[in-house]
Amino acid sequence: MRELICINCPRGCRLKVDDDLNVTGNFCPRGVIYAKNELTHPVRTLTSTVKVQSTLERRLPVKSSQPLPKEKVFDAVKELDQVSVETPVHIGDVIIENVAQTGVNIVATKNIEK
Amino acid sequence: MIHHRLVIIGGGSAGMAAAIKAYELGEKDILILEKNNYLGGILNQCIHNGFGLHEFKEELTGPEFMSRFSKQVNELGIKYRLNANVLSMTKDKVITYSSEEDGLVEVKADAIILTTGCYERNAGAIQIAGDRPVGVYTAGQAQLYLNCYGYLVGKKVFILGSGDIGLIMARRMTLEGAKVLGVAELMPYSAGLNRNIVQCLQDFNIPLYLSHTVKEVRGKNRVEKVIIAKVDEKMQFIPGTEMEFDCDTLLLSVGLIPNNDLFNNLGIKFSKTRGAVVNQDMETEIPGIFSAGNVLHVHDLVDYVVSEAREAAVGAVKYLSKTTKHAGFAYEIKQGFGIGYVVPQVLNIDDASDKVSFKFRVAKPFKDIVINIKEGERVLKKIIKPAIVPSEMEIVYLPKEIFQKEDHTITVSVEEKK
Repeated sequence: MRELICINCPRGCRLKVDDDLNVTGNFCPRGVIYAKNELTHPVRTLTSTVKVQSTLERRLPVKSSQPLPKEKVFDAVKELDQVSVETPVHIGDVIIENVAQTGVNIVATKNIEK
Repeated sequence: MIHHRLVIIGGGSAGMAAAIKAYELGEKDILILEKNNYLGGILNQCIHNGFGLHEFKEELTGPEFMSRFSKQVNELGIKYRLNANVLSMTKDKVITYSSEEDGLVEVKADAIILTTGCYERNAGAIQIAGDRPVGVYTAGQAQLYLNCYGYLVGKKVFILGSGDIGLIMARRMTLEGAKVLGVAELMPYSAGLNRNIVQCLQDFNIPLYLSHTVKEVRGKNRVEKVIIAKVDEKMQFIPGTEMEFDCDTLLLSVGLIPNNDLFNNLGIKFSKTRGAVVNQDMETEIPGIFSAGNVLHVHDLVDYVVSEAREAAVGAVKYLSKTTKHAGFAYEIKQGFGIGYVVPQVLNIDDASDKVSFKFRVAKPFKDIVINIKEGERVLKKIIKPAIVPSEMEIVYLPKEIFQKEDHTITVSVEEKK
């Protein structure tokens, strides 16, 4: 039996998972997915910023479009340092494809027009 | 002097949500005054995700969340002035603001909603002993430097206070190459959300020292050492429990305070939240002046800020259409045993909408309790809670018809099971 705190939302459910990966203590179905992932291949959404060539802003906030394998997060951050984005850039624009060979894209989370 | 029917001071999430709601209810003569050169307020620097689960049923980052509101403000053509710093407001609803573009401007409003957010408690507010070197920042300051300007404020960091911004910054600075040595929390429980303890501290093996606080900061020019120690129940240092950390930065995440400066000269009452005393419409003691969001009380989630701002907008539109009576049966709402605060503090039931919201926090963590909302001795609502902590605000909506107008006091209190 393992005890986990679900990180999907601010509610922070206290989950219990038995050896056969049966989950209890979850308020919503996302808790089950979280607990199974956490005990087999933990994933995290990455948020950070990259350089932007803009007259308005110095940094463009970005996120991973999907959660990344937890052990790949630092590799992904390193790739972000290599990027300098041109404007205009809009929410959802792909900044890095297949970051750290994870199959996940890094996308912009802010509109910067110039 | 220019005139607008509704002026909203502060163009963050609360101000934009209030403006959009008022517009949808038919009030078209709105002006938002925003001191920065962008709408969206503090969410611009909150680049992490976790916003909007209630509002949009999806998980957004701060800039994504606020851009949905600013887009709507622009599409509806709601007027706003950026770089507009409000200097004062009067009981007669005359607002003075200054801006490079407009100069010094007086605006007469028929109704005002104050949505100016909150600010961080800083080093001066908590009286840390020791030297006064460079390298002591509030967590939000460090967040602004890192997320908006691209500067990391330190390489070896200790954090005082387990508020969510401090926890979020522990992760952010770690990802950007800093070493976060630990987080000290004065109370025996965390002030932040459990999910942030897990994903911001445990993920990176950052220790959390509960019932500990900073005893001394040392450093000639820059921070060189932070000494923490354990405290007893009376918050006194326990000798022999000191721990030393060699670091160059101390981040403070020790609480947020409603930014009520503009209310200071109006002579209105403030509540335990350090925001204004308000009624069910988020209206202060001065009819037609409203307050909502973190300036009223500090919220956990922007989703709740937005919904409260809409309640204020509904109230403002009612006031402007002269349907608010400010008369009839009034309740005083009190916090009973175990409750830290309740919003609102006044309920004019004859002016209320179909549902009345009560927002409150417990004063300390409890397990297996019942929370009672009573009119006099009559129970209006019982809420059973297996566990509850002060960092989680509760919201309860009660239908208007359950209020019997028999006793002028409503009390929210904790009942411990025997």
